[in-house]
Amino acid sequence: MTIPVLQINGAAFDWGGRSAFGLTVSDFALSKGESVLLLGASGSGKSTLLSMACGTVLPRKGSVFVAGNDLTKLSSGARDKLRAEQIGVIFQQFNLLPFGGVTDNILLPLSFAPERRKRTGDARAEALRLCQALGLPETILTAAATALSVGQQQRVALARAMIGQPPLIIADEPTSALDEGSQNAFLDLLFAQTKANETTLLMVSHDPRLADRFDRVIQISDIAQVTRAAA
Amino acid sequence: MIFRLALASLLARALTVGMTILAIALSVALYLGVEKVRTGAKDSFADTISGTNLIVGARSGSVQLLLYSVFRIGNATNNVTWESYQDIAARSEVDWIVPISLGDSHRQFRVMGTTAAFFDHYKYRQGRSLTVSDGLVMDDLFDAVIGADVATTLGYSVDDPIVVAHGLASFTEHKDQPFRVSGILEKTGTPVDRTVIVSMEAIEAIHVDWRGGAKIPGQTTPVDAIRKMDLQPKAVTAALIGVKSPLQTFAVQRAINEYPEEPLLAILPGVALQELWGIVGIAETALRAVSAMVVVTALIGMMATIFSSLNERRREMAIFRAMGARPRTIVGLLVLEAMVMAAIGALLGVALVYLALVVAQPMLDRAYGLWIPIEAPGLQELWVVLAVIVAGAIVSMIPALRAYRMSLADGMMVKT
Repeated sequence: MTIPVLQINGAAFDWGGRSAFGLTVSDFALSKGESVLLLGASGSGKSTLLSMACGTVLPRKGSVFVAGNDLTKLSSGARDKLRAEQIGVIFQQFNLLPFGGVTDNILLPLSFAPERRKRTGDARAEALRLCQALGLPETILTAAATALSVGQQQRVALARAMIGQPPLIIADEPTSALDEGSQNAFLDLLFAQTKANETTLLMVSHDPRLADRFDRVIQISDIAQVTRAAA
Repeated sequence: MIFRLALASLLARALTVGMTILAIALSVALYLGVEKVRTGAKDSFADTISGTNLIVGARSGSVQLLLYSVFRIGNATNNVTWESYQDIAARSEVDWIVPISLGDSHRQFRVMGTTAAFFDHYKYRQGRSLTVSDGLVMDDLFDAVIGADVATTLGYSVDDPIVVAHGLASFTEHKDQPFRVSGILEKTGTPVDRTVIVSMEAIEAIHVDWRGGAKIPGQTTPVDAIRKMDLQPKAVTAALIGVKSPLQTFAVQRAINEYPEEPLLAILPGVALQELWGIVGIAETALRAVSAMVVVTALIGMMATIFSSLNERRREMAIFRAMGARPRTIVGLLVLEAMVMAAIGALLGVALVYLALVVAQPMLDRAYGLWIPIEAPGLQELWVVLAVIVAGAIVSMIPALRAYRMSLADGMMVKT
């Protein structure tokens, strides 16, 4: 079997301070091209799990592997670079820098990922290709990010996550700000892109209706345990 | 691209950023303006008298001699006898000598007796001569030439009569010998503006009936009789000297200081002016410090603006972080932003100063006789701009470090 794109082994994390919130993630792995839906209500530790996968927070013990690199053994700078190179991130909403144009927003991750930029080739042409593939009008590239509808913003965020074909896409409730019609259209586009590039997709949601579109559905409570110290 | 995004981010907050830049620009303009006025005032001051190699008076302090002979402040301790004056004038090194006789006043202005040569040899602001804006230099015994301030303050015009008072702030007037304003001088920005100039003989003439500082009771010599008298002065208060070669200045100075017949003092006006400026200079330093504080205040204002923008920009920072930006990049962005604001502000400030200078230069000259030269921006401006940029970078480190901690704590997941 090939190296998992993302692998978490018994990682435990504590937020310091009074709330003393802790999260322990048991063994969990994603292989290449797989699409996984992580289901959980808010407060179930999703955000912390995603932050751990992205290397913006470090577990106290255990390990987190992204494309075979143990994040816990890397410097913070190397973790940030690894994230830029390997992971495309889509947030729930407000994905775009409001003061930047659409092109600027799509090309942003390439500024921090030289290899991904090299892979991309002509970045502007690639941005245009992605926009077309995502059903966005060509003219949108020169538009201001703030002029876009929420649905368009999410698609631009998808184009940004896909540019340079990173092996892993992490999407944090990317459709929760959309109405049902737009949700399906967005998921269609998302799957079309990840299938075409054999990209691994980790999507977090609280909506079980999305489950049948994914290869695998994991209840977050099955792999992660939240601990809260008594007040 | 990151730089472009930083600029775009600034543009998106154009109003607050514009205000911050304006505050910096005004503070820099104030600082540079104060500097310009300060150096202008210093130069104007140093140029109060030029072309004169030595000033001679009774022995006292050099600053005191300068104060009463040039600035008409304070009084001479003693006079220089006419014989000593003649001795000095006869020296071979002396090119010209102009006597000055002080002691009387007209209203709040000093009256100075001198010769027509004063108008030829008194120079200010790098060799400028006095010019009469209205009327003529005194011709008759009872003619007076008045400075620009005297004319405007007292509302005098040519041919007006004026009565000279004996001494300063005195109630005893030389009523019997009224003068006539023969000419009004152009504004110079020197103490000449506040002086009533008459001839040496006129000073003698109005004191014909006086002995030992008091009027001889009942004695009034008619003006016609005075005109026929020998009005050779018996003493002068001070004298301005020009030597033939500047190299001889020190030799003449030493000779005068060692003059055996009478205790005299000769000073180099430039040196004495510097000494005097050294005393006034404390105010100058204070002024400078205050205007520098204004620049610091503007920069702290900028820091406050950056601070208050941090919360609303948490999202923005999370996006940068998610895209792989290091916290260091976030710090860099904020510092860069501050440096751009400081740079634009500082350059705008320099531009403002020049604009103000172009507008105000003739007005300042007319109103205060203060000449501020317009020179191409030099090292001073460069240093100020650089210092403001560097200081801007330094103060922005404080909010930037907070952003650093925030972005470390938030990671990339900000729920807003």
